[in-house]
Amino acid sequence: MKIDSIQNGIVLDHIKAGNAMKIYFDLGLDKLDCSVAIIQRATSGKMGKKDIIKIDSASYDINLDVIGYIDPNVTVSIIKDGVTVEKKKVNLPEKLVNIKHCKNPRCISAVEPGIPQIFKLTDKEHGVYRCIYCETKAGK
Amino acid sequence: MRHLIDPMDLSVEEVAELVSLGEDIIKNPDKYAEACKRKKLATLFYEPSTRTRLSFESAMLDLGGSVEGFPSSNTSSVTKGESVEDTVRVVGQFVDIIAMRHPNEGAPKLASMYSPVPIINAGDGGHNHPTQTLADLLTIWEEKGRFDHLTVGLAGDLKFGRTVHSLIKAMSRYEGVKFVLISPEELKVPDYIISEVIEPAGCEYEEITSLEENIGKLDVLYMTRVQKERFFNEADYVRLKDTYILDMKKMAMAKDDMIVLHPLPRVNEIAREVDADPRACYFRQVKYGKIIRMALIMKLLEVNA
Repeated sequence: MKIDSIQNGIVLDHIKAGNAMKIYFDLGLDKLDCSVAIIQRATSGKMGKKDIIKIDSASYDINLDVIGYIDPNVTVSIIKDGVTVEKKKVNLPEKLVNIKHCKNPRCISAVEPGIPQIFKLTDKEHGVYRCIYCETKAGK
Repeated sequence: MRHLIDPMDLSVEEVAELVSLGEDIIKNPDKYAEACKRKKLATLFYEPSTRTRLSFESAMLDLGGSVEGFPSSNTSSVTKGESVEDTVRVVGQFVDIIAMRHPNEGAPKLASMYSPVPIINAGDGGHNHPTQTLADLLTIWEEKGRFDHLTVGLAGDLKFGRTVHSLIKAMSRYEGVKFVLISPEELKVPDYIISEVIEPAGCEYEEITSLEENIGKLDVLYMTRVQKERFFNEADYVRLKDTYILDMKKMAMAKDDMIVLHPLPRVNEIAREVDADPRACYFRQVKYGKIIRMALIMKLLEVNA
């Protein structure tokens, strides 16, 4: 299968096979007007199989925290005029703000409308995030 | 401005400072009788808890301050739909410090993000109850004279018991502390307390089901009530509520200097006959609770005697 290179936009590479759709929806890419290509289970020398996402928009402001939370090994390349001008490193973010909702029905964030949904990285080694209000673990 | 939301908000040094201040309050109560003169405490209790509220109010009154607030959400603007953020922003204009109890976990944390005055978590659902932990710590200090190298048994509801979780967090910071976690399978301590608190602290621990067989090794026995309000299903509550009852037969197997703590109220998990035993500390613990709240209020208000 051949997908043309994009001229201006963003390429998310080295996505763990199977994570592309999660990143697609959690980044809200389904709501964009531009073309978005999702390549699933592409052959990779390093990873065996990987997913790739190409976003054909020069103006899209990508939320690296979302990607870092789902898959911190993703490579983010910014493409201008067909050339990679910047590679952004993705890390596990210290905080997730309004990305996840707390699943604890007793949490104050579940009953008070409009308060920020904030999760804090509590275990870097295992990528564990906990709600800052009730400390419930965030589900992936 | 400091708040107390989680027992771990206080460093080991700050706990030592509060305990030391508490000891001085016990010895010289008159010295502190006007420490908070013209200061006001609001007790915002979104769920009733008479003893905790009275403890806070007594603490402030004994410091020469005054108190206001509401004892349950039925008697506040909450019934009109006011948010926690707005309530503390408003009440914070009237008072110097707020003690908040709330049935939802994390409500005091949310309040602390918006309040113009210090917030003390007076219990948030099944989550934290840091001033109970401070009361427990002052009790252990007054009765045992140390925090380190103690074998601490916690018995009963270790799953929903927030005082248990808070005490484990607090005690895990002292050297040589060993935890004996005694509960039925259904009410075991949550996994994260083991993996994120006890194990990283390097504390020894064991999870067992028999109180009788293990009481002899304990320096501190922390009994808890199996709380009806923490269960979704009443049948589960009825089945488990009598699982661990401490009586004189079991006390006879305990060390002579073991101490028994309980956050109260007790239902029937400690037989009345145990009350006369000098090792039963739970009523003295109530007094220590008021004393440590006095010390905490002074610290957060940054006042001296």
